[in-house]
Amino acid sequence: MKRILVAIKRVVDYNVRVRVKPDGTGVITDGVKMSINPFDEIALEEALRIKEKGLAEEVVAVSIGPADCQQQLRTALAMGADRAIHVQTDAVIEPLSAARIFKSLIDREQPLLAILGKQAIDDDCNQTGQMLAALWGRPQATFASKVEVGATSATVTREVDAGLETIEIDLPAVITTDLRLNEPRYVKLPDIMKAKKKPLDTLDPAALGVTPAEQLRALKFEPPAQRSKGVMVKDAQELVAALRSKGLV
Amino acid sequence: MNKILIVAEHDGHNLNAAIAKCVSCARAIESAHVTIAVFAADPTAVAAQAANIAGVDTVVTVAHAANAHALAATLAPQVAELAGGYSHVFGPSTTFGKDLMPRVAALLGAPQLSDVMAVESATRFRRPIYAGNAIVTVEVAAGTQLVATVRVASFEAAKAAAAAAPISAATLKAELPTHTRFVSISAARSDRPDLQTATRVISGGRAFGSAENFQLLYALADKMGAAVGASRAAVDAGYAASDMQVGQTGKIVAPELYMAFGISGAIQHLTGIKDARTIVAINKDAEAPIFEVADYGLVGDLFQIVPELERLIAAGK
Repeated sequence: MKRILVAIKRVVDYNVRVRVKPDGTGVITDGVKMSINPFDEIALEEALRIKEKGLAEEVVAVSIGPADCQQQLRTALAMGADRAIHVQTDAVIEPLSAARIFKSLIDREQPLLAILGKQAIDDDCNQTGQMLAALWGRPQATFASKVEVGATSATVTREVDAGLETIEIDLPAVITTDLRLNEPRYVKLPDIMKAKKKPLDTLDPAALGVTPAEQLRALKFEPPAQRSKGVMVKDAQELVAALRSKGLV
Repeated sequence: MNKILIVAEHDGHNLNAAIAKCVSCARAIESAHVTIAVFAADPTAVAAQAANIAGVDTVVTVAHAANAHALAATLAPQVAELAGGYSHVFGPSTTFGKDLMPRVAALLGAPQLSDVMAVESATRFRRPIYAGNAIVTVEVAAGTQLVATVRVASFEAAKAAAAAAPISAATLKAELPTHTRFVSISAARSDRPDLQTATRVISGGRAFGSAENFQLLYALADKMGAAVGASRAAVDAGYAASDMQVGQTGKIVAPELYMAFGISGAIQHLTGIKDARTIVAINKDAEAPIFEVADYGLVGDLFQIVPELERLIAAGK
């Protein structure tokens, strides 16, 4: 079956102003709204569109993490994923462990594509998709802003520092999404009801042969250095004079 | 001794300015021995530039026709083969490094630290998370090979060397895949300075209302010798190209002068500009969060202020 695997990470919502805990052991997540990582939502939307064009038959949403991740997987199912896999663990999952878990799921599911967000907005790592592609020995098209899937290959436009790069990749492959790839659909109420009946399997990392390693130990968390508020100028003339006195223009 | 390998980013002719900043990061590690690796179809010119950065001990070149374009799938097995014996493997936190380095890390079975902003020791580093809302200090066990991308805005460029470092050529055995092929790149050709290395950056937000109105900003930029950036909202609206986006998921800039026109200052944008030496905000809304971080703020209509600034700056020259 032509299948697409999509990564769904549960993260602190995009609109939350994240604060560091006073004791420096992490950031405050108690009582904070959690959502699907926005880039993963774009990944799911792209997978659904590929399926709707008849180029894939099944979309499987995958999340790794604690029991609460099932909320985000249910949202993914409501958006249109056919089924979900929850790899349940309370362990710290570094990108390399996440990639290893995905790789073992790929061995089971044999997908045509694995689509992941280019980064998660919590740890901002931007690693898992590339690591997965390496472990799988398959192409990667990162930071995608346009994807055209053909019979045996895909053409992907990537947002790079110099502009837009187009590459051709043989399938199967890994794609990671950038912001402008698409605009994810809204979930409708009847779909939320339907999603409750869709299959959601729970697995243990050990069942996939992966022991999550913690190689990067977080010692402390601190708030960033604050910039102090400057002065208000009354017009363009005063601004140019100020900048000129500092040799900036 | 800490042996550090830095993967050079280049366009076939010129070494990217980010690499001299990676050298500064590497040099911040105690007893560092720094090697720059240049993968190219013809690495001669780029290797010479790399050898002329102070703090570089050696340059290694890998010449291969497949290296004409920087494809992560092609480069990663070569970097991984060359990386044996190195304690650290660094790349810049540009789209080149972000694409390539995790692929290298996975091939090495090594952990990666993204966006290193400060070095505390060979095994302890600081990096931003949550769009820069928190800074985490991370430690790896001694003896663990570490891959990292260097947040270039956090480091000064290393100076030119008094004497060039030796350059040697390596021949690798790694089998190169053919499953990933370069097709084309459409770069907006511009005579303006590069956003990530410019000393002056001026950016526009959604308040400009159209791509045509962004021309006002280009005219001012040309008078100032500035690079032009944009907020995500302006890029999403189609007023500016995607490679102009400044912020958490776009480019991180660290100019001497950053001027934000009609940008409200979402946290995702602020994280991309907070290393700027001086920030100027011009906005119609006196309550815009951008003013909280600006050294100079001006409340007003950008359609009047931008042309006026252009006139005043031109008049002063």
